[in-house]
Amino acid sequence: MSLPPAAAEPPKAAVPTGDGKDAGAKARAAERRGGRATFRGEMVIEFLIRLCGWSSIICVAAIFYFIFQEAAPVLPKMNWGEFFGSVTWRPTSAEPRYGALALIVGNFAVAIVAMAMAVPLGLGAAVYISEFAGPRVRETMKIAIEVLAAVPSIVWGFIGLTIISPLLIKYAGAELGSNLLNGSVILALMSVPLIVSISEDALRAVPDSYREAAMALGANKWEMVRRVLFPAARNGLLAACMLGVGRAVGETMAVLLATGNVVQIPHSFVDPIKTLTATIAAEMGEATPGQPHYQVLFLIGILLLVITCAINVIADFIIKGAKAKANA
Amino acid sequence: MREMSNPFAPTAYEQQKARTARVMEYVFLAMGIALIIPMLLIIGVIFVKGWPALSWEYLTANPMRGGAAGGIWGPLIGTFYLTVLCLLIVAPVGIMAGIYLNEYAPDNRLTRAIMIAVTSLAGVPSIVHALFGLGAFVAAMHMNKSLLVAAATLAVMTLPVIITSTREALAAVPRNFREACWNLGATRWQTIRTIVLPNSISGILTGVILVVARAAGETAPIMLTGAVASMWVEDEGWAKFTPYRLDEQFMAMAMHLNSIARDVPGMPESMKFGSALVLLLLILTINSAAVVLRLYLRRRKRW
Repeated sequence: MSLPPAAAEPPKAAVPTGDGKDAGAKARAAERRGGRATFRGEMVIEFLIRLCGWSSIICVAAIFYFIFQEAAPVLPKMNWGEFFGSVTWRPTSAEPRYGALALIVGNFAVAIVAMAMAVPLGLGAAVYISEFAGPRVRETMKIAIEVLAAVPSIVWGFIGLTIISPLLIKYAGAELGSNLLNGSVILALMSVPLIVSISEDALRAVPDSYREAAMALGANKWEMVRRVLFPAARNGLLAACMLGVGRAVGETMAVLLATGNVVQIPHSFVDPIKTLTATIAAEMGEATPGQPHYQVLFLIGILLLVITCAINVIADFIIKGAKAKANA
Repeated sequence: MREMSNPFAPTAYEQQKARTARVMEYVFLAMGIALIIPMLLIIGVIFVKGWPALSWEYLTANPMRGGAAGGIWGPLIGTFYLTVLCLLIVAPVGIMAGIYLNEYAPDNRLTRAIMIAVTSLAGVPSIVHALFGLGAFVAAMHMNKSLLVAAATLAVMTLPVIITSTREALAAVPRNFREACWNLGATRWQTIRTIVLPNSISGILTGVILVVARAAGETAPIMLTGAVASMWVEDEGWAKFTPYRLDEQFMAMAMHLNSIARDVPGMPESMKFGSALVLLLLILTINSAAVVLRLYLRRRKRW
């Protein structure tokens, strides 16, 4: 991890000491009082800054703590075999069943199909932007991708529901327009900007001397990209894909609107599915606080939290490792 | 008469290689275009279908019959208050955290832990943030689901955005500036206040703008912590501008779009697309403000 160069110690606050017995003490005493007030003010400010510096740790700890606290009562009573092994999700019936397997499979199915579309496109676009495009085209494409990144997830969900859904019914022979494929297309479009920008950073981090060496050996651009840049930027590109997966797994509103919300293991691309995230969003409104259903939804939250945190932290280490190697 | 053979002419193998390279360049270009075309199409469709619904009345009338009639004033002003409140909470904390990480933090385990926390906070799914808001503020602190709770939840969610961008903005200020200031006898905070912050203010503002765009567009965290699909709000006089109390539920654009996206009986399609268009335009306008600021900053850079 590369921190900015640790600041060489600047001088401590200049607090005039001495008791001002010398001549002209009046002016200096006033200055001194001002100095002390400044010093005290600085102590307060610096204390606040340190406190805020820890805010992110406090927030992460609080997120884990409060979500665990809400889920805790149900943990000892959980039938884990059923939770991870059964597809029967009947939280509101008289004999509630909490089999989350179909939700987990649905969540990963939609994320993986999305990545199958987003990764090649994202990497290709990143290579084009970083290696082939002229400055004009590069700026245009980057702005377009930034626009893509700015569209809120609820608008993506709306697009899936109102624009892509009729297309799928008409051309893909789907019975329901909201299904696995619809959600995947939306998720692919949503995660592509992230993949492009991180892959582009990774390609940029490859020193120019590598490119020059490849050119000097007579490689053309494509050979240089394939034989030199891809291997050299491998870790960064891998991290880009992982962050894309993390984004796709955790996305809520778009999949809530676009995947149809039917609890089942999908057998084809046009089967409707339900994801973990959409389950929380859709069912939390009706769940009563303190009841098992409410607590199981929090348990799903823990599952999501652990999965996405693991993905993000590992990807971060890969990026940092790649950067350290490039700088070495 | 035999032609002189050119010893430097490309061989068949070399020609083939050059052809492959050219084809691959077009393949990569096609991939880039494949990302941009759907985006243009989608935005185009929303524009064309939503434009007829937009009018002064649509923007300034409150929703009626669950959003099926009337306008979007209530959700629009709700999003405004939500964003402002979120910013009031997150901006001071996030900016100070960024200052700490770039100016004060020593290179030790704690700092590394903080950086990992920022990364993981950025990766927490929005629905988990919603659960956090529900568990922490509503269940543990016994607050109502309300504007304040939703803003606080959004503030936690947007914290890493502002920390990261502030830190980057500060890191871009050259070290010499600080050293020169220290040599004049200024303390660390004086240096930050008079040299570092003025030189990085546009970068910090860019982060703040990105937070606004993010907070205005998010749905999942607010749908469990206080936003409602529809409610009655004051429709007369000045009360129209302050329809919500801090400790009461509220409407917001993102939540409004979520509830009307599914079937609302008797709702014209153009009104749905109108809401989507307003939200999209709002977010894109805020984001382009960030882009403009960044370009301005790049041009003005004095070092």
